[in-house]
Amino acid sequence: MSDPFVELHEIRRQWDGKGGVRGVSLSVPRGAFVSILGPSGCGKSTLLRLLAGLEVPQSGQILIGGQDVTHAAPSARGLSMVFQSYALFPHLSVRENILFGMKVRRASRAAQAEKLAEAVAMTGLEGLEDRKPGALSGGQRQRVALARAVVAGHPLCLMDEPLSNLDAKLRHSVRRDIKALQRRLGLTVVYVTHDQSEAMSLSDHVVLMKDGAVQQQGHPEDLYTRPATPFVAEFIGDPPMALVEGAALGQAAAQIGIRVEKIERAHVDDADLVAHVEACEFLGGETRVLLSHPRARGLGLILTGRRELAPGTALGLALPDEHRVLFPAPGGQKDPQQNYGATDRQTAPRDGRKAPSQQTEEVSR
Amino acid sequence: MTDAFRIAKRRRAIHGWLLLSPALVMLSTFAFYPSVATLWASFFSRETRRHPSEFIGLDNYRFLFEDPTFWKVAGNNLLYAGVTIPISIALALVMALWANSKIPGKSFLRTAYFTPTVLPMIAAGNLWLFFYTPDIGVLDQLFGLVGLGSMNWLGRPETSLWAICIVTIWKESGFFMIFYLAALQTIPPELKEAADIEGASRWTYTRRIVLPLLMPTTLFILVNALINSVKLIDHLFILTKGGPSDSSKLILYYIWELSFAFFDSPMAAATTVLVLAVLGIVAALQFGLLDRRTHYQ
Repeated sequence: MSDPFVELHEIRRQWDGKGGVRGVSLSVPRGAFVSILGPSGCGKSTLLRLLAGLEVPQSGQILIGGQDVTHAAPSARGLSMVFQSYALFPHLSVRENILFGMKVRRASRAAQAEKLAEAVAMTGLEGLEDRKPGALSGGQRQRVALARAVVAGHPLCLMDEPLSNLDAKLRHSVRRDIKALQRRLGLTVVYVTHDQSEAMSLSDHVVLMKDGAVQQQGHPEDLYTRPATPFVAEFIGDPPMALVEGAALGQAAAQIGIRVEKIERAHVDDADLVAHVEACEFLGGETRVLLSHPRARGLGLILTGRRELAPGTALGLALPDEHRVLFPAPGGQKDPQQNYGATDRQTAPRDGRKAPSQQTEEVSR
Repeated sequence: MTDAFRIAKRRRAIHGWLLLSPALVMLSTFAFYPSVATLWASFFSRETRRHPSEFIGLDNYRFLFEDPTFWKVAGNNLLYAGVTIPISIALALVMALWANSKIPGKSFLRTAYFTPTVLPMIAAGNLWLFFYTPDIGVLDQLFGLVGLGSMNWLGRPETSLWAICIVTIWKESGFFMIFYLAALQTIPPELKEAADIEGASRWTYTRRIVLPLLMPTTLFILVNALINSVKLIDHLFILTKGGPSDSSKLILYYIWELSFAFFDSPMAAATTVLVLAVLGIVAALQFGLLDRRTHYQ
């Protein structure tokens, strides 16, 4: 992470000691596509709003391009934003919506026309310039919002669940458009989503949050193959990681995670686990077998082609050692087998500082 | 096939008329019939013991146009509307923008602004009598403190209409504020945030985004204010009774006088028809001209 373009240091913003963001640090290199991922209410939107300057942090520091902008106005931060609701001005035409910012900044007419043509061509909105947002489809509105963000020419673009109001098919095509746009313009994008597949497919760097704190951050592959906590294991991937009690496999760890596609079928006599078939899902190229075991969650088996297994059938499973991820009991020491990336180190000092700050808050109350 | 189609079509027509009938009955009884009856009555002469009422065509209108009091009253009403409508709308907008911002005591502010609306016009008239009365009124007491003499606000032809205007503005702007406040709350806060990120100042945001989005409300309020400027005369009964020398007389008060003080109901009917016609034309103009520039969500 050389040349960090956006940096957050121990950012904290809570309401009456609840919700929001508590002590998040983040570093985004120039030109990166960073996703902030998490279940609803985890503080990811708050984090984005803090970055945009729509909220002011209670403590911590925000740097953009090396400048401290912690208390700067949104417009002084050199960024654009795409809102979940698009926030288009309903009484203005597509053209006026896209050019609103340039008009506010009193750009020359020629520059406006040039930028408009460019943005409209880039987002495929040709011929719709005179329509009002009310006369556009959801996907078109979404593209107007993108064009408005692009036309500002800011190097940083924040996106707050920009695809959540689109239907599944459109979501995929707009997703590709966003990625192409980001590549072409060399934008640094901070992208908030609750959809793990969006985050995985789009980003160079995923920040997974829960309850206002970062659970794990890193390359999508790191989160997929080496989740730091059972929460990450079960949030990332479709299907999510299977979790087995350590004791069931004769290991010291509290829980052991394994990707379903790494589980192999074995003979019942020398299997690690014997599970029972719950249901089979035929997906065309493969069959997903959902399995149940009293001491495991999310167990499954992927078999090629179409297979029918009667519910209740006992299956022997082999869980290869090299694909097992060991999770210690909560609060205990991390297993040394686990990968310690730069990302994991970040969580350590946060835990150390969190306690005193909570104490001071209780005293002040 | 065609038979079934015709029956279905007729059933739909009957259904439509059934849905329409309650409004049709109510409007016919209380709006259409009285209007037509008034128009009809305005073509007859006043009935006295010696002369029964007879058809005189447009003579009532001719008398009306020759009557200097009518022109005086019409002028008064024009001035009254021209002063109270813009000022009360502007005040309502400013108060709504203020009461909608994040300030402490917001709900108290809203209630305080709305209170005049809750008061009946008669009570408001009495309240303002207490302000305006010479010597013992609140205004004179205040002026006395700074050494100014007594002033009969309601008793002088130069000031009486203005004093009435102030009461109306005070009464109306709180009412209009509620509409603006409701409209302001339908504007999503993201629009403000999007404008903030683009670097729009508070003023630019208000002018380019808020005011256009409030246009439907403004149009609605404008029509209402116009109607009220003709309709609301209760305070005249308390404050001036149209005097002195007709200086604060408004058109509806004049109609009331014609009908119930001078018992000349055909003349009152003729005046009413004129007022209806003028109001109708102005409302049509307002909707026609402003509608095209208004964005409805």
